[in-house]
Amino acid sequence: MTTNTARNAAAADGTWQTARRGGTSVLLQDLSRTFGATRALDGLSLEIAPGELVALLGPSGCGKTTALRIVAGFESADAGSVIVDGKDISSVPPARRDMGMVFQSYSLFPNMSALDNVAFGLRMRKLGAAARRKRATEQLDLVGLAEQAKQYPHQLSGGQQQRVALARALAIEPRVLLLDEPLSALDAKVRLQLREQIRTLQQRLGTTTMFVTHDQEEALSMADRVGVMRQGRLEQIAAPDKLYDDPVTAFVAEFVGVMNRIPGERQGGTVAVLGGNVPVRDPGGQSPAEPLGDDNAVDVLVRPEGLTMQVAENGNGIVTTRTFLGSVTRVGVRLDGDVAVQIDKPSSEAAALGPGTSVSVSLPAQPVLIAPRRNPVT
Amino acid sequence: MVQCDRLAVDQTVAAPGSLADPGALGSGPAAESGPRPKLTVRGVLRWLRTMAGIVPFGVYMTLGLLLPMAAVAIGAFRDPNGGGFTLSNVKTATHGVYLHGFEQSIILSVLTSILPGIFGLLIAYAIFTAKRGTVLRQAVITASGVFANFGGVPLAFLFIATLGSSGLATRWLVDLGFDPYAHGFSLYNLGGVAVVYMYFQIPLMVLVILPALEGLRSAWREAAENLGARTWHYWRYVGGPVLFPSFLGCVLLLFGSALSAYATAEALTAGTIPLTSIQIGSFLNGNVIAGQENVGKALGLGMVVIIAAAMVIYVVLQRRAAKWLR
Amino acid sequence: MAAITGTTEATGTRGPRPSRKRVSLPVWRWVILLVAAVYFLIPLFAALRFAGIGAFRSVISEPGFTSSLGLSVRLAVVTTVITIALMLPTAVYVHLRLPRLRRLLEGITILPIVIPPVVLIVGVLQIAPGFLKSTPYLLALEYVILAMPFAYRAIDAGLRALDLKTVVEASNSLGAGWTTTLFRVVLPNLNTALLSAIVLTVALVLGEFTMASLALFETFPVWIVVNDQTSGQVSVAASLLALFVTWLFLLAITVIGTRRARRTGGGEVTLFTVARQQTRGES
Repeated sequence: MTTNTARNAAAADGTWQTARRGGTSVLLQDLSRTFGATRALDGLSLEIAPGELVALLGPSGCGKTTALRIVAGFESADAGSVIVDGKDISSVPPARRDMGMVFQSYSLFPNMSALDNVAFGLRMRKLGAAARRKRATEQLDLVGLAEQAKQYPHQLSGGQQQRVALARALAIEPRVLLLDEPLSALDAKVRLQLREQIRTLQQRLGTTTMFVTHDQEEALSMADRVGVMRQGRLEQIAAPDKLYDDPVTAFVAEFVGVMNRIPGERQGGTVAVLGGNVPVRDPGGQSPAEPLGDDNAVDVLVRPEGLTMQVAENGNGIVTTRTFLGSVTRVGVRLDGDVAVQIDKPSSEAAALGPGTSVSVSLPAQPVLIAPRRNPVT
Repeated sequence: MVQCDRLAVDQTVAAPGSLADPGALGSGPAAESGPRPKLTVRGVLRWLRTMAGIVPFGVYMTLGLLLPMAAVAIGAFRDPNGGGFTLSNVKTATHGVYLHGFEQSIILSVLTSILPGIFGLLIAYAIFTAKRGTVLRQAVITASGVFANFGGVPLAFLFIATLGSSGLATRWLVDLGFDPYAHGFSLYNLGGVAVVYMYFQIPLMVLVILPALEGLRSAWREAAENLGARTWHYWRYVGGPVLFPSFLGCVLLLFGSALSAYATAEALTAGTIPLTSIQIGSFLNGNVIAGQENVGKALGLGMVVIIAAAMVIYVVLQRRAAKWLR
Repeated sequence: MAAITGTTEATGTRGPRPSRKRVSLPVWRWVILLVAAVYFLIPLFAALRFAGIGAFRSVISEPGFTSSLGLSVRLAVVTTVITIALMLPTAVYVHLRLPRLRRLLEGITILPIVIPPVVLIVGVLQIAPGFLKSTPYLLALEYVILAMPFAYRAIDAGLRALDLKTVVEASNSLGAGWTTTLFRVVLPNLNTALLSAIVLTVALVLGEFTMASLALFETFPVWIVVNDQTSGQVSVAASLLALFVTWLFLLAITVIGTRRARRTGGGEVTLFTVARQQTRGES
């Protein structure tokens, strides 16, 4: 709160000085929240380091938006607390939390111009009119909309509106920036542009940020760390590459990127699959919903780029489809035993693999992740 | 009051947010959406065929609405003795007892549109914050629908039983030591009529302002709070300004409704108070001074002009509000 | 694999209600509703007392009750039939073929509001041919005009919630002819809208006083007023009955409508609009 008082004092005498801060840390401790019969959050704990952008990723209903709204103050948790910079803010009303929030869409005040929208938070902080205008113009400039300052929300495109919303949230120099699926209502091209812009701005300002999305590509490309959530719990939180290469649970493995499932038989520390034996990777923690149990029938989880494939006369698979993705082609193969897998090959090589080609698919001798066998859904 | 439910629907459709996005206008292939007749025989025929679908509607409206209205408008300028053009009807209609009638009608309508406007807004806000589909909400909305729509005669009788000279509330007040009738109040004069008007104007307001309230996105409230605004600031800078055009529009709607009301006043006073609608009615009952047979039509024309002006402003306000509430 | 559902930001989506730490809101809300309830319930109560039980019993036997009520009911039926027969095809047609005229049509539906019934009846009596003037069904014809804006709006709202164009195109592409589409696809989905339109048209006719009394026909409301001279209590009783029955009807269709709409994925049904189902934002 001292930052606020200092700023208000600075604002009162007409000057605006950017307070130099070391960055804010955010800690979510054991948050739980139930709506009626649904458990939206189940003991969520998460720590965001100062200046970090953490993305909460997960399917609908996993609780990520609820978590964000609790941090913002629009929901209160049934149990657990939110600690910002060492202080428990669970009982602080949203208006006093000094956080900037960007909503999914339609959050700009329709009766105000872009400039006035951005200046609104400053007005609430009792900044003088001239100072407000100056700062708001700077912010709009930062997001590249200086020319649209006088326009009204209904005159702006979706992407422009979200940029104004971003400028509005940042104008107050919040301790924490909260983004609630800000890009999902936009079309693909705008989404990509805005992604970059948000990330660049965030890094430049060093604002601690929490970003909620269901788009894994978005999360992986923007965040310092990504937390994958399911049913109110955090399954794994790690840097994007670690999440991709070392998922700790089958859910994370399949949610992030494409994952193949190939049936195999577990034998102690190895698994017999595709005609060979491969060591099992120690997952370091099982997803509580899918304990391995004693059953030795398992599925081996492997990425499309993790399988090797060669044309072979009597191979163990037949090519079924080819999907051109640019420099890489995704080849669909049906293995013996009616198992469908996808294998990535450089497009030049994939040209020779027309549908019907007999191929031999194998796993390199590297540790693999396994999960309980899931019977194919017909 | 009979128009009220129509007004309510009018409002709900005009204020998006509670309906499917009305921006879906004109999504059809160009040839289907209001085609301009190409100046070929084929083109004109095709245009005629497309327009044919709404001919029945058009014919009905013309016969049932436009023609009678034209008759009134023409008759307003017609000399009953001879049929020539004259301004005497208009002159009579804008002077003396009829001018007084207009004044009283307008004052009454203004009073019973602004006050119920405010109360209706408060009530609407009170139930709007309740969850959708709850019993309370549905009960209030339905009750509003009944009172706004049915009004007129039953209301008049309810109030005779309540505030009439021997009404229940009157007796209570007398028992408490205050005799309203001794202090000049009477259900059967303008003041009393105003009280009864409130009874259907408030529910009408609730119905027509509710969609506008629902158009207030929660994201605005939350964004404002997030930026540091408390309740008062939100309403002052965002909620109020956004709602205001709709509010004003609804008040105008109420104004039109009060001005055109006839049944309540007639049932209460049997035509003894100076209100324009009552005066128009008396012309149909045959108590007419010779030479003034068409003054009633002039009065009618005047009333329509006033209401039309109010409605034009209302539509303009609605368009504006719709833009913001999109 | 990556289970992703698109988040549809329905217009007016409200997420889970933010729980505020302040108590002032609910209290203030109840105060207002209480005051309003008192204000609106006292006259009802007063009327009940005034009329007395006896009046309710003798309402039916009061001379003129049956004939006037019968007339009103007949007028209501005729009006409703004509209104629906006129407005339903028109609304459907405009939606499908003339979307640009929608704006104009909405404007036209304001006309009957601008022209008050008391003025309208003056004009009608002026130009109506003699044979029409002598039958009360003249009133029915004019009541259609009064009911028109409302019926059109209700049906229009129902059509919009239905996204008529898409549904009809889908039906046609699957091979259904016009009549099949109309009866199997469009009408079933318009049930609630039609129900609203019908019930409120009926309520309108049953309560309409101005035009009936000035055209000198004794419909139910007119009878109530006339009868007041003879027996005030019975008139009050009749008014109360009318109000109560109307309220029951409207409540019934609201509840039925909402329940049905919820089943088919719609939203709450208030009499004057069919709200889109709020798709809960993904959490």
